[in-house]
Amino acid sequence: MRSAACERLIAVLKTPRQAEALDLAGWSELVASARAANLAGLLAERVAAAGITAPPEAARHLEAIRQLSRRQTQSVRWEVHGLQRALCRLGIPLVLLKGAAYAVSDHPVGRGRLFGDIDILVPRHALGDVELRLMVAGWASAKTSPYDQRYYRTWMHELPPMVNLRRGTVLDVHHTILPLTSRHAPQAETIIRAASALPDLPAVRIPRPEHLLVHSIVHLLHEGELHNGLRDLFDIDGLLRAGAGEADFWPRVVEASRTLDVIAPVAFGLHLARHLLDSPIPPQVIEDLFNAAGGPASRLLTMLYTTALRPENEAAESAAATLARFAIYVRAHWLRMPPHLLLRHLAHKSIVRLRKDEPATDGRA
Amino acid sequence: MIDVTLYLAPVTVRLRAPFGAVRQHLEVFYPEALHPGAKARHFIDFDIRITHGAGWRRWVRPQARFLLDHTEPFLPLPASQAAPLFEWGLNWCLASRPLGYLVMHAAVVARDGDAIVMPGSPGAGKSTLCAALTFIDQWRLLSDELAILAPECGSLQPNPRPISLKNDSIDIVARFPGARLGQRYADTRKGTISHAAPPAASRAAAAQQARCRWVIFPRFAPGADPHCEEIGRAEAFARIAEQSFNRDRMGETGFHALCAMLDTARCFEIGYDSTDTALAMVRDITGR
Repeated sequence: MRSAACERLIAVLKTPRQAEALDLAGWSELVASARAANLAGLLAERVAAAGITAPPEAARHLEAIRQLSRRQTQSVRWEVHGLQRALCRLGIPLVLLKGAAYAVSDHPVGRGRLFGDIDILVPRHALGDVELRLMVAGWASAKTSPYDQRYYRTWMHELPPMVNLRRGTVLDVHHTILPLTSRHAPQAETIIRAASALPDLPAVRIPRPEHLLVHSIVHLLHEGELHNGLRDLFDIDGLLRAGAGEADFWPRVVEASRTLDVIAPVAFGLHLARHLLDSPIPPQVIEDLFNAAGGPASRLLTMLYTTALRPENEAAESAAATLARFAIYVRAHWLRMPPHLLLRHLAHKSIVRLRKDEPATDGRA
Repeated sequence: MIDVTLYLAPVTVRLRAPFGAVRQHLEVFYPEALHPGAKARHFIDFDIRITHGAGWRRWVRPQARFLLDHTEPFLPLPASQAAPLFEWGLNWCLASRPLGYLVMHAAVVARDGDAIVMPGSPGAGKSTLCAALTFIDQWRLLSDELAILAPECGSLQPNPRPISLKNDSIDIVARFPGARLGQRYADTRKGTISHAAPPAASRAAAAQQARCRWVIFPRFAPGADPHCEEIGRAEAFARIAEQSFNRDRMGETGFHALCAMLDTARCFEIGYDSTDTALAMVRDITGR
């Protein structure tokens, strides 16, 4: 169903030694697929760790992306120090999510990863103070239309994205991990309370390994856009491999899925990681989760994700992937909000889209 | 429809385009691309497509779109500018895609491996002076637009491509000995533009790197008194850093590469109102 290039990318990421058989054209295709899937940094790390000598034409791309990843890690850490400074007076825990958590805790998943927005989770009662302090520290709301502002504040699990006026860094301030309107209503306090502190950043917390995993899965399955879907699946693979170092990791994952009211998505996410990446998950865990969720994995949904999760260069040209992605987009919105809200929201979005041309970033020529 | 592989030091580019104008541009400026030799390199650094506008923009006020892999970094341009779009887009690729080079907005010419780097804000006269040094004083052209520095060896990578000329500079450069200009494109975002083909010798030496010996900040101003002043490296650093596309993204490596480049260079600022004056100043500075 997926192309040979996509299969090869996954195969080489799983077993880097397979790259040794590639000729120059094979490397060219591999690097292009990896870049289109936002997995070039991971490829670079795995190729280097396996001691494989890539041909120089490929090596310079891989080395440059590793360097970019290291630089971005440094920037994220620096921003987090800034956040610590801006918010420490509030005396609240500031929990890092996703990329920021990996970068600051030096998690294996962060190695070679490129970072986008910085995501933080704070107690909901402190949201007003947090926003105010951030504005004083130079962060401004990026969404200016009243509709977007209301959309985020009334329905979502985060404030409208904030942009640093000087550096352009984007910050997402979450107060829970799923939209307020969603079918599932996880209690984020559990994550905040269990998160661990860092030695040199007293206000900053890193979620427990099982929470990092659960959040990553929930994010992938509730996110309508799959541009980084394959990358997110590799994050999940890395998180569960690293987490499994703790003896009681899997019971904790099951427990966390229950407490956070996300058993079904976690069951399906783990099933997907095993199905597509052969992630090492005890079969009993997946079975228990599916039993608790009320039934086995949907074959249709598995098929949709298998079709949709692929590098962007292929997704753009495959009708099947486009269709699968559309179905997943609709499903994600279906999970995000009840039908009447969904209808209203999609109608509004399509009218706005019709009014203006789709924006493209203007490059420097 | 053309589908060609261009071997342009230091990158290999695949270009697909349905536009006759792009084919003509290649015939004039990259003739060997259309007659592939025996080289068996197949690593594609940039997979570029210039395509027709989407939907009705293929037919009504037709557009050309630039695609790198599957991404479209720019807004489309009128179809008549498909060839300049390729040149601009290729510059953007070199400046944006991480390849391990520190890339700066500067013209570079060299003689015997010693290079002059001329950073310039648009309109400072960088391309005209670069063309003058290339065609009149026989310096070797490395690039009129991008200084590409390899941090590990501190050398500048040639990328001898058409010199991009704007407005008044087109007629000035057309009169230089040996200058061969392509088509003129009116009403682009930068006014009227045209390209001058790099000399064959510069193209033939595209694999020969050079070392930065002089950094010259040119400023052309009609009626200005000529002046030439040596400036400190710290000032030069700050001014070049402004013209660097990816120094920040390269972090410490970029910082050290730029420091190392300036360590062995002398830096000057020159102001002039004629090409002859500028050439004389450069001869004084370089002793060549």
